[in-house]
Amino acid sequence: MRAKLRLLRRKFVPYAALAPMALIVLVGYLGTVLWSLKVSLSSSRTFPAHDFVGLTQYARLFGNERWLQSLENLALYGILFIAACLVIGFLLAVFIDQKVSGEGVLRTVFLYPYAMSFVATGLVWQWLLNPGNGIQQAVRLWGYADFQFDWIVDQDKAMYTIVIATVWQASGLVMAILLAGLRGIDEEIWKAARIDGIPTWRVYLSIVLPMLGPSVGTAFVLLFTAVVKLFDAVVAMTQGGPGIASEVPAKFIMDHLFGRANIALASAGSIMLLLTVIVLVAPLMYARSRVGSRKGSK
Amino acid sequence: MFKARRIIMAALASGYCLAAQAAGPRAEVVHWWTSGGESAAVRKLSEAYTAAGGVWVDTAIAGSEQARSVAINRIVGGNPPTAAQFNTTKQFLDIIEQGLLNNVDAVALKEGWDKFLPETILNVIRIKGHYYAAPVNIHMPTWIWYSRAAFKKAGIANEPKSMDELFAALDKLRAAGLIPLAHGGQSWQENIVFTAVLANQGGKDLYLKILRDRDPAAINSEAFKKVLLSFKRLQSYVDPGAPGRNWNDATALLITGKAGVQIMGDWAKGEFSQARQVPGKDFGCIAGFGANSPYIIQGDAFVFPKTNNAEAIKAQLLLASVITQPAIQVEFSNRKGSIPIRTDVDSGKMDLCAQEGLKIMKDKSRQIGNGETFLNPDQNGSLADILTAYWNRNVAVEKVQKDIAAALRN
Repeated sequence: MRAKLRLLRRKFVPYAALAPMALIVLVGYLGTVLWSLKVSLSSSRTFPAHDFVGLTQYARLFGNERWLQSLENLALYGILFIAACLVIGFLLAVFIDQKVSGEGVLRTVFLYPYAMSFVATGLVWQWLLNPGNGIQQAVRLWGYADFQFDWIVDQDKAMYTIVIATVWQASGLVMAILLAGLRGIDEEIWKAARIDGIPTWRVYLSIVLPMLGPSVGTAFVLLFTAVVKLFDAVVAMTQGGPGIASEVPAKFIMDHLFGRANIALASAGSIMLLLTVIVLVAPLMYARSRVGSRKGSK
Repeated sequence: MFKARRIIMAALASGYCLAAQAAGPRAEVVHWWTSGGESAAVRKLSEAYTAAGGVWVDTAIAGSEQARSVAINRIVGGNPPTAAQFNTTKQFLDIIEQGLLNNVDAVALKEGWDKFLPETILNVIRIKGHYYAAPVNIHMPTWIWYSRAAFKKAGIANEPKSMDELFAALDKLRAAGLIPLAHGGQSWQENIVFTAVLANQGGKDLYLKILRDRDPAAINSEAFKKVLLSFKRLQSYVDPGAPGRNWNDATALLITGKAGVQIMGDWAKGEFSQARQVPGKDFGCIAGFGANSPYIIQGDAFVFPKTNNAEAIKAQLLLASVITQPAIQVEFSNRKGSIPIRTDVDSGKMDLCAQEGLKIMKDKSRQIGNGETFLNPDQNGSLADILTAYWNRNVAVEKVQKDIAAALRN
């Protein structure tokens, strides 16, 4: 009888320890998501209204040119940002892994931008990219009178400037993660590759990269969350401009929550953002669990 | 020995209590007047309130949207300030409808606000017969400023008296190598340029049909199409560095004589006076084209969050009364660049442009509210989005008309 009680208590203790966190997740995350869903189905303005208007807000959302532009911008930004960060981070990690002297200093230098806030990064890059006072003006003063680099005020190219600023900031983090992964690779692999006479770049591409799978996965998840959250860099650099060229969903939602006093439309926008993330992440997680179960059953 | 000390302590204690009671009604005021000129102006209000026996606790928050969000969050959260700044627009209509504001009927009726406040302001502060805000000033957002030095360099002898003359002057400025129209590429500034064109070219009737009545027939009309085309035409006179520029940097272009014209509110006067420029000598101000051009009214007001605390209510009523007195109105407006809410003030102490504004205000038929007095923040914001997209991109004007009709429909 006593043994049974002890067993029960041992089983119960972990759940008790997890209970506060579980409660917070339930109420704080799920509860607020459900609340946003409720508000998005109402006609709330500054304050929540307790009526039900069906999918009117969603219809309004998808008739809104600014929202559609922000989705387009987010897709473009996501692809470019994640690809550029992974490639640049990987190259930096590989070069640092070559047992260079001063490795510690280099690692700090490359990781330093990540210590800055997005706002500070955006502001400084805005100054650099300003056609009148920044890089364009500097190169012109050096003698190249018709050098053009006014992307930040160009309707079609403003988004690329945001990619530049945020890739500069986040590559260091990717480098740090991939460097840690590279350090975990067995020395024997290199010896075997040298014996087989495989060129170094081929070793990296076909052997090392697949082994870095988990590290790349981690970096990808961090970058993906940064993409969905993109707000402060846009506000600091272009305020969504010129016009609505560099609008992003997070900024659309924030503007409508406060300035436009339309929390229903903002909630509809945030539910759509959540659905987009679920749609993109769910197949990935399903595939991962399939791979995991296959490995386990072996 | 001990008795004496006890008596002294008792005397001090009672003296302190008396002093604490003598300190008048405490008013915590949330506002967004943080620039140099604005701070000087709000200091006049706090000095007047202190002289009337109150205690002013200043809570300045930079950024109008942030200040309003903080005020709303505090009102909902149960820790409201005594007064909060809003614009004289529909921004606080939702809060009134939720029953979260106190009214100041006692002051409004005693001092006869109905008699001297412009109709457009009364319409936003007087809801269902109760007065929910104390207006502080009147700003006109669509003054046309010009640099006399730039005009001289371009050979423009007289100030433009119509839209066509304005375009001619802008052409001359461009030919002289100057920036014709100094503009900051932010959507609220594009909204101001649009409002100026609508008022000056469209006229008062079209203005009211579009912004007050939201009449689809008027929005799709030829006259409004011409207004939109003029608006887009002004964009061609703007320099490439305009996107994202702040309004005061654009005014700086006029001050240094690099640009000719700016369409901006009367708060720009503060920039000119900081640079020690004098109206009529260094720069000029045009309220509108024609003798009957509409004078667009927007402004700031204090709202009074709901509270049952007797001291706080006393503070609210005292504040409402103090800031609407003629003398304080002139002091405040001189530093802020606005004009007083009442025309029965001594305008001798105000500068040329303010005096002209006050003169026009006396003609009630020319008073007209800003878009935000008719549209709620959501409608106004949607309109601003469409206008800024049209300003920056090549969109067919018919599509713009359709989009505006859709945005203003609900």
